[in-house]
Formats: sequence, structure tokens, C-alpha cells
Amino acid sequence: MDYSQFLFMKQEIGLLIVFLAVFLYDTFMPRKALPALPAVSAGLMLILTVLGFSNCMAGGDGVETAFAGMYETSPIINAIKNVLNVGVVIVLVQSIKWANSEFMSVRRGEFYELLLVTLFGMYLMISARHFLLFVIGLESASLPLAAMVALDKNRYESHEAAVKYILTACFSSAIFMMGIALVYGLSGSLYFSGIHTAVAGGNSLMLIVAIAFVMAGIGFKLSLVPFHLWTADVYQGAPTSVTSYLSVISKGSAAFAFLVMLVQAFGAIYADVWEWMLYALIILTITVGNLFAIRQRNMKRFLAFSSVSQAGYIMLGIVAFNWMGVAALIYYILVYIFSNLAAFGVIGAIENATGKVSMDDYRGLSKTNPRLAFCMMLAMFSLAGIPPFAGFFSKFFIFTSAINQGSIAIYVLVLIALINTIISLYYYLLVVKAMYISDETPVVENFRSAASEKAGLWISIAGVMFLGIVSCFYTSILEMAKASEVFFLH
Amino acid sequence: MEITAIFYLLPALLMFCAGVYGFITRRNMIAILISLELMLNAVDVFFVVFNRYLHPAQLEGMFFTLFAIAIAAAETALAIAIIINIFRATKNVDVRGLNEMKF
Repeated sequence: MDYSQFLFMKQEIGLLIVFLAVFLYDTFMPRKALPALPAVSAGLMLILTVLGFSNCMAGGDGVETAFAGMYETSPIINAIKNVLNVGVVIVLVQSIKWANSEFMSVRRGEFYELLLVTLFGMYLMISARHFLLFVIGLESASLPLAAMVALDKNRYESHEAAVKYILTACFSSAIFMMGIALVYGLSGSLYFSGIHTAVAGGNSLMLIVAIAFVMAGIGFKLSLVPFHLWTADVYQGAPTSVTSYLSVISKGSAAFAFLVMLVQAFGAIYADVWEWMLYALIILTITVGNLFAIRQRNMKRFLAFSSVSQAGYIMLGIVAFNWMGVAALIYYILVYIFSNLAAFGVIGAIENATGKVSMDDYRGLSKTNPRLAFCMMLAMFSLAGIPPFAGFFSKFFIFTSAINQGSIAIYVLVLIALINTIISLYYYLLVVKAMYISDETPVVENFRSAASEKAGLWISIAGVMFLGIVSCFYTSILEMAKASEVFFLH
Repeated sequence: MEITAIFYLLPALLMFCAGVYGFITRRNMIAILISLELMLNAVDVFFVVFNRYLHPAQLEGMFFTLFAIAIAAAETALAIAIIINIFRATKNVDVRGLNEMKF
């Protein structure tokens, strides 16, 4: 065996080193040094992220495969992992205060170790070109998350959320593996490339059933609408740091993996089999997510349904099925990471200080905590897509890429998505109204946030403000997407 | 009479459907877990039969099955641990009790 092919897995090996360092630090350092563990892991992750953006991690310019083609990396895949890394750094920075709270002091190591392991699984999922590796990545990305959801042992909601998460995750993975079994029976291969050639031109009922199963399996992970029922409960019950990780990193990585899998393994039957499935899923996801978000009073449940509808917009980048769609999807998730983490940063800061998570508690927040209220307002504006914040540009690019696909059906789809953007504006502005316009006496007293929370919010807000205006981000992603040969696209 | 692939696929399909039915209708969390196991094992049978009868040149399906068994074991272990947590909190493993958060 040629061991030099391990060198293609630079990102994975880097992450493994970070994980081992955190694990050894947690196990062998004296008790007095342990409160520094959150900061150490955030710092190590920051180093990994910076290295990922520099050239030494990028490897060559072209596509590199390892392990008989099961693993593949290229500049665009590297960029996708970097986007995830940036989000993980913000999540880690924001979680420092929570992880050093009295309750978490004996189990803070578990949070960081499990988080890094799930990130490793997501890397594998994105780089996998064989369904065996894909399933291993998918499982190691979703099973430790159930343990993380159950971390808050004092709260009953945390247990309930964990049961709901683990049962639906197992169910969806069983459905997903059934889909792969059917695909394997049809094509005789588990390699994406082998499946791509074997199923080309086919349109049998078994293929449609197989792809429906595969979509259902990933749809659970992405919380697309008929499969979204776990989302709100899990987001509400999980500790806020875990919720923010679930809502941005877990969802973002699943979207990337879904894109790579659909395009590489099933790209040849786009128009015959799965285009209309995605249309139905997107319309349902955006509409139902928006309508349910309107009636939520708990901020975490509210953001859960908002993230359900955001997942629908993300899927527009896949259904576009062109280069612009790939670039727009990556850019959308980058912006979504920043905006959603800004919102969760504010929610986490308020929850850590006062324990309040209801929207009614946010009334008059601008009078007592003007800076937090301002951060929340920017996050809401970005999520709703108001210019000049980054959210507007990401929605603009993703709609443009979908329109470029050119069929009449997709015009209708984009029209429905646009109408839903207006509906979403209503409920995002409800939060802003509660914070700024409400006359009632403020519920939350003035408090000082911890330095770590401030740092996390500063990074997120900087992303929200500048990602849209500084246009080099999107163009460089688009160039990278065009240059790499990862996707069998026209 | 020759034993063809359908003799294995039909029981496996029944097993899968029984698993889905059990997952939806059962009220006891342990019973739900057993239903999940039924589904996962049906998938394993599918893989092995497809490999043996349709694509005997390679062993991809067999290997997938080996990994799937390990993954199923990990899933069950974690789910049992979480159910024990719930049992400690409520002295109950009925899913109807899990209604603190809804809609």
C-alpha cells in the first residue's frame, strides 16, 4: 500500500491532531489548568483554519484521489472544509463561558471532543466518493451529536430532545441505507463514478424509489420539510452552544455532502428523476418553515423553524445544477453561518446571564442592552435578506443561479421562494419590533457579556457586514468552482 | 425448485416494512429500538443478496454489511444510554411521556 496517499488528507489529519491535543490536555493536565481547555481548543481550531486558508493545506491545483478513489479532495472541497472550520471557530469561541460554568466544569472536555469528532465525520462525508465512506462519515457526524444534545443533564428537555434526535437519526439512516442498497442492486457499484455511469439514462421505478429513500435520509439531517419534525424540539432542548453547532455546521456540511453526492452519483438522471423531487421538497420546506416560524415564542424554536426555511433556500443552489449554483450554495452557507451564529451568540449571552429564552423577554432590550439588541437586529436583517447585509447578496446569488437553469418550472419555484422571503421578513422583524419599538418595561436587566461572547459576536457581525460588500469572496469561490473538476456539470 | 434472489428479498422487504410499522406504532422506546434493528438488518440482507446474486464479481455489498452491523451496534448502544437517562428522569420509557415540547 502506498502510504503517501495519506498526505492528501491534510485537513483530516490536522483535525485529528487538534482532537488528540484536546483529548490529551483534558486527560492529563492538572485540574487547575482545565478551565483553559475551551480557549485552547478554540485556539487550536483557529490555527487549523488559518492553515487551511494558506497554501500548505491546499495541496495541488487539481483533483486528488486516495484509497482507490474512495476519498477525493480538490481546491473547492478544501474551500468547503474551510467554510465549516470558520463556523466551528466561532461556535467554540462563543461556547467558552458556558463550558466554564459550574455545571459544565466536569464535562466540558466531552463537549469539545465530541464536537471535533463530528466535524471529522463531516469532512469524510464531503470528501467521500464511495457510499461506504459516506455512510461512516454520516453516522460519525450524527451519532455523537445525540450525546451532545443530552449533555445538559439537569434539564429534562435535554433528555427529551436527545431521544427525539437519536430515534429519528437512526430511522433516517436506516432509510438512507435502504436507498443505497437499492442503488447498489441496480448499478453493482458503490463508487459515485460507477453509479453515475450505471444509472445514466435509466428511469425505472426502483431507481425512483431508491433516490426517494436517499433523499429522505439526507432530508432528515438537513431538516427538509416532511422530515423536519425533530428540528424544533431538538433545538429547544439542546444546550445553546450545541444548538448553534447543529443549526449551522451540521446543516451546512449535510448540504455540501448532498450536493456532491447528487451531482456526482446521480447527476446523469437529474432531469428524469430527482429534479421534481427537489422542487416539491423546496416549496414545502420554505413555506412550512416560514408559516411555523411565525407562531413561535421561544427564540430557539423560532430560529429552528427559520433554519428549516433557510435549508429550502440552500437547496435552490443544488436544483440549479450549474457552476453558479455550486458557488452560490457555498457562499450562502458561509453567510448563513455568520448570520445565524450572530443570532445564537446573542441568545446564548442572554441565556447565560439571565436564563431567559422567550421572545417576550426581549421586549425593550434596546434600552437595557443596546449593543446586544443591535447585533440581534443585524443578524435578523441578514437572515431576512435586507441589503446591504450579506444575507441579501447570498439570496440574490442563489436566486440568480436557479434562474440561470432556465426552465419554466424553476421560474415558478423562484417566484414562490421570493414570496416566502417577504413572509420571512415579517417574523424576523417581529424580533426587532420587540427589541426596539415595544413600550413595555424591559424584562432583561443590563448586564456585561463575557469577553468570549463579545469576541464571537464581533467576528459574526464583521462577517454579516462585510461578506456582502467585499465582493472578492463570491468571485473567488466561483472561480474555484469553475476550475475544479469535481462536478460532472455542463 | 431453484432458490432465487426473490426468496431472500421478499422476507427482507417484509422485515423492513415491519420495522417501519413498528417504529411508527410502538409506544415503548425499547420496542422502537427493536423495530429500528429490524430495518437495519433488512438492509444488511438486501446488500448481501444483491452482492451474491446480481454482482458476484466484487465483495462491496458484503463489506458494506460488515460496517453497517458495527454502525447499528453503535446506534443501539447510544440510544439505550439516552433511554436510560430518560428512565432516570421520569421512571418511564413510554414515548407518550415525551410531550414537554411540541409544535
